[in-house]
Amino acid sequence: MPIGTEEPTMVLTDAGAGLSWNVVDDVRRLFQFGFMVNALQAGTVVAVMAAVIGWYMVVRRQSFAGHTIAVVGFPGAAGATLIGVSALYGYFAFCVAAAVLISTVAHSRGRAFSQENAVTGTVQTFLLALGFLFVSLYRGNLNGINSLLFGNFLGITTSQVLTLFLVALGALGVLGVISRPLLFASIDPDVASARGVPVRAVSLVFLVLLGLAAAEASQITGALLVFALLVMPAATAQRLTARPVLGGAIAVVLGLAVTWIGLGVAYYSPYPIGFWVTTLAFAAYVAAVLWARLGARTSRAVGAAA
Amino acid sequence: MNSVVWSGAVNAVVGLLGQPFLRNAFLAGTAIAAACGLVGYFLVLRSQVFTGDALSHVAFAGALAALSFGVDPRLGLFVGTIAVGVLMGTLGPRGQADDVVVGSVFAWILGLGVLFLTIYTTSKSTGDATAGVSILFGSIFGLSHDQALVATVIALAVALAVVVIARPLLFASLDPAVASARRVPVVVLGLGFLGLVGACAAEATQAVGALLLLGLLAAPAGTAQLLTARPYRALALSCAVAVGDMWAGLTMSYAFPHLPPSFCVIAVAAGVYIVVLAATRVRRRVPVQV
Repeated sequence: MPIGTEEPTMVLTDAGAGLSWNVVDDVRRLFQFGFMVNALQAGTVVAVMAAVIGWYMVVRRQSFAGHTIAVVGFPGAAGATLIGVSALYGYFAFCVAAAVLISTVAHSRGRAFSQENAVTGTVQTFLLALGFLFVSLYRGNLNGINSLLFGNFLGITTSQVLTLFLVALGALGVLGVISRPLLFASIDPDVASARGVPVRAVSLVFLVLLGLAAAEASQITGALLVFALLVMPAATAQRLTARPVLGGAIAVVLGLAVTWIGLGVAYYSPYPIGFWVTTLAFAAYVAAVLWARLGARTSRAVGAAA
Repeated sequence: MNSVVWSGAVNAVVGLLGQPFLRNAFLAGTAIAAACGLVGYFLVLRSQVFTGDALSHVAFAGALAALSFGVDPRLGLFVGTIAVGVLMGTLGPRGQADDVVVGSVFAWILGLGVLFLTIYTTSKSTGDATAGVSILFGSIFGLSHDQALVATVIALAVALAVVVIARPLLFASLDPAVASARRVPVVVLGLGFLGLVGACAAEATQAVGALLLLGLLAAPAGTAQLLTARPYRALALSCAVAVGDMWAGLTMSYAFPHLPPSFCVIAVAAGVYIVVLAATRVRRRVPVQV
């Protein structure tokens, strides 16, 4: 994805992409352009992968590791653009490297807690600064930085969709193989390791999968807003149910709904995809929190009455 | 020969400060770095580095909201960061409990910032397309003389306030239970400090940008804590390291125009921190001879 793919917006206004009252017609027109079909396909792949891996991440309380990994993707994408490669490969390379690095650092503790926070903050900031340097050196359209940080669904090519699909397929396959020991190790690491589950190896593999998921989500939401697809659908599902399979399914449905509606609305509105996706996902999360509170209050009232 | 070198160096400094934009940058940068060094030391000491991360999202959304409503972006910056800083303090330990909740809220605030960015860059005829970039990554070389003066005065006020409350704040940070038994107003101090963190974040946004302000808060403070265990010495050192990072970064950016100033400042700050971290580790491995 070259920095500065703003041209298709012009094409849209020429084609008269205004919203009509005919919903079916509006939805049909979404599929009129090749880039929009690509965006919807990519969004679908990304939403499913991010929701499933995000579900495990929220169970393991690693949502900030996910955020850090995604932030690291920004210099990767900017650097890839600078040397003329697709930003997608930059995301993949840097996110997976960050995941491996985090898993090794996390096991070599021994410093004061506050010092560790300072190191994490400094490294994260330095990587963002590096991304900014790459974008300034690129001398292209400086506005392209916004699509790397906050997402852009224009200009996803067919071959990128294929890459996203194959990586997601591989990652979900690996997750399927390790899902039982991973869940065991996440819920009770001590008992799991006593029962012979290779806890460290499983958590390393999971962080690499998380790196891949963060890289894929960055393609739609940008490096700074991956919370929208990676964390919020999964957190919403966990507010509604604690059961793994049902929770995973709810997270996938929510992720798909957020992505599809976000893409559709962003197509017809002047406002960017990053705003719509975060707002929709956050609204779903707030609704789930309120719903769970209401449910708790009702059941308490029923219990008191009985 | 020595005098030739010296006069060359003096000429270079005079040439450097002869440029008005550099003079403004050095003026504001020095005061902002000093404030960040002082505030950052307590931020690291109190394990509140995450607050700095959270405030960077608010700074972005606040500044762009002000711009899209046609107000001075600094108004949105200061109101947003100070209000949210104090708000996070009133949430207390409950606010730190669930990182999913906090992370989701701040991701949404960032999403709102993107909305305001689009409103500002598309609907206003005066809209500056690079406004988002300069808020995210700073534009210290673009400060006017008046802006630099205001930034300097506010930064000095923040620094002074931290120095004034340093003694009770240190007590409250290191041992809150004993401090409150000795009638130190621990809660009020904590809230006041977070207000100062908010003001400092708004200041730092003007220098290195919303996304990079955490580096200016965390790196000098981390460096100082590695070098000395004595609190007041560490506080002064943190301030000095921050100012040194800022000067070195600005000079580096002037010498190599391809490198943006905020990148240089953060690169120097991170580099100094990493070198000191490595050096203290090596020294600790060497067995102590008595």
